[in-house]
Amino acid sequence: MTDTLLSPMSLLAELTHRCPLQCPYCSNPLALEPRRNELTTAEWISVLDQAAEMGVLQVHFSGGEPMSRPDLPELVRHAVGLGLYTNLITSGVLLNEKTFPVLVEAGLDHVQLSFQDIDTANAEHVGGMKGAQARKLEAARLIAADGMPLTLNFVIYRENAARVPQMLDAAVEMGARRVEIAHTQYYGWGLANRDALMPTPAQLELTTQAVEAARVKYAGRLTIDYVTPDYYADRPKPCMGGWGRRFINISPSGRVLPCHAAETIPNVTFPDVRHDTLAWIWRESPLFTMFRGTDWMPQPCRSCDQREKDWGGCRCQALALAGDAAATDPVCSRAPDHDRIVKVLETLPAEPPPFRYRRYTRATDEVG
Amino acid sequence: MTASLAEDSIIRFARGVRLQHDRVRERWIIQAPERAFIPDPVAAEVLKLVDGTRTLGQIVAELASRFAAPVDVIGRDVHVMITDLINRQVLVA
Ligand code: SF4
Ligand code: SF4
Repeated sequence: MTDTLLSPMSLLAELTHRCPLQCPYCSNPLALEPRRNELTTAEWISVLDQAAEMGVLQVHFSGGEPMSRPDLPELVRHAVGLGLYTNLITSGVLLNEKTFPVLVEAGLDHVQLSFQDIDTANAEHVGGMKGAQARKLEAARLIAADGMPLTLNFVIYRENAARVPQMLDAAVEMGARRVEIAHTQYYGWGLANRDALMPTPAQLELTTQAVEAARVKYAGRLTIDYVTPDYYADRPKPCMGGWGRRFINISPSGRVLPCHAAETIPNVTFPDVRHDTLAWIWRESPLFTMFRGTDWMPQPCRSCDQREKDWGGCRCQALALAGDAAATDPVCSRAPDHDRIVKVLETLPAEPPPFRYRRYTRATDEVG
Repeated sequence: MTASLAEDSIIRFARGVRLQHDRVRERWIIQAPERAFIPDPVAAEVLKLVDGTRTLGQIVAELASRFAAPVDVIGRDVHVMITDLINRQVLVA
């Protein structure tokens, strides 16, 4: 270890993979977890207790659609009692005048509400659910009327990239304080649909300009988080602030991961909260220690002055693109495998192929 | 945002923002939507006095007596700091 072990700051609790929508860019793994494997309420409560004890400050209830779990208000209430900051990451289609007040009463601090697009027809084409947009708009209205802080999340891809200016105007109209304009990250279903989703360089440039203009126009009223697609960058992002440094992700069945895509890493046992304590998993499990710090790094990272800034980039992307999770992230222009990124961008089809929708593979697994 | 900040403005945290003591790291933190950040020691002293009932004037008077410092000097600094925190959506007046 070249650096001291930090306490985790943030916990992403993926309560379920069930979701009424089917976004082809979903960051969930291709093998979705069926309901019967999900952690129980008591198991989640124990996770929250352990996380608070370790120094976690914020818990993000996510999914799938976390509102598919009827015990969500109970988990929020418990987290609030522990002093955790509670954030709900939702598609909003189950948030209504019956379900939302219960969460308010439980002490929920903040909602991040996602939209597939601002254009209704395309949004519902991408989400795969008729009537979803009206429900989302109603969810936004309820949250704003209550006064709870609201962040809107727009995932950006080829078909909606031109509408970023309208998305930003709509965010202000809906009363959001923050908005995320986040280009698709190519893991999980996003990677499977990369050819259909990846914007062109010209589209990317337009979204960047739209964000810059809105930052001026809405200064002091709207905070804009802008996430560009890795593939067009020269340097990778410090994925999750570095492997096992700040962030814990827990899958619906209790697997503990340094990032939500880490289940793709081969030849390692995935620790889970049904067998081990969170503290041990964080400190000592092979999965959390394998890429922590800089000792694992190959060249060119090992002797690079950026190594404690970007931590060598994303391990899952290195695996997906270079076939080796311990390689330098191919996004980096110094990486030996950088030509693979160049090739992906050069061979993007002129006509995007149809989506492969996010679905459970077996018809017997529930989706709702 | 041009908040007109007066002596008798009551200072509050914006909904969804709070000051909290981090036991594990032994320091004060500001909890806010999707981020937690560390106030400098002076800001932490000011924020500890933000309870939703105190006015700007009362916060300044309290700090002045606590640190045995002149009210006008403290008043200027606190005014600047609170204006900044209002612009960053941490406080409302
Ligand atoms: S990205 Fe879409 S499919 Fe995936 S969890 Fe969110 S709303 Fe559901
Ligand atoms: S060589 Fe490695 S450490 Fe250096 S910039 Fe590239 S990914 Fe980051």
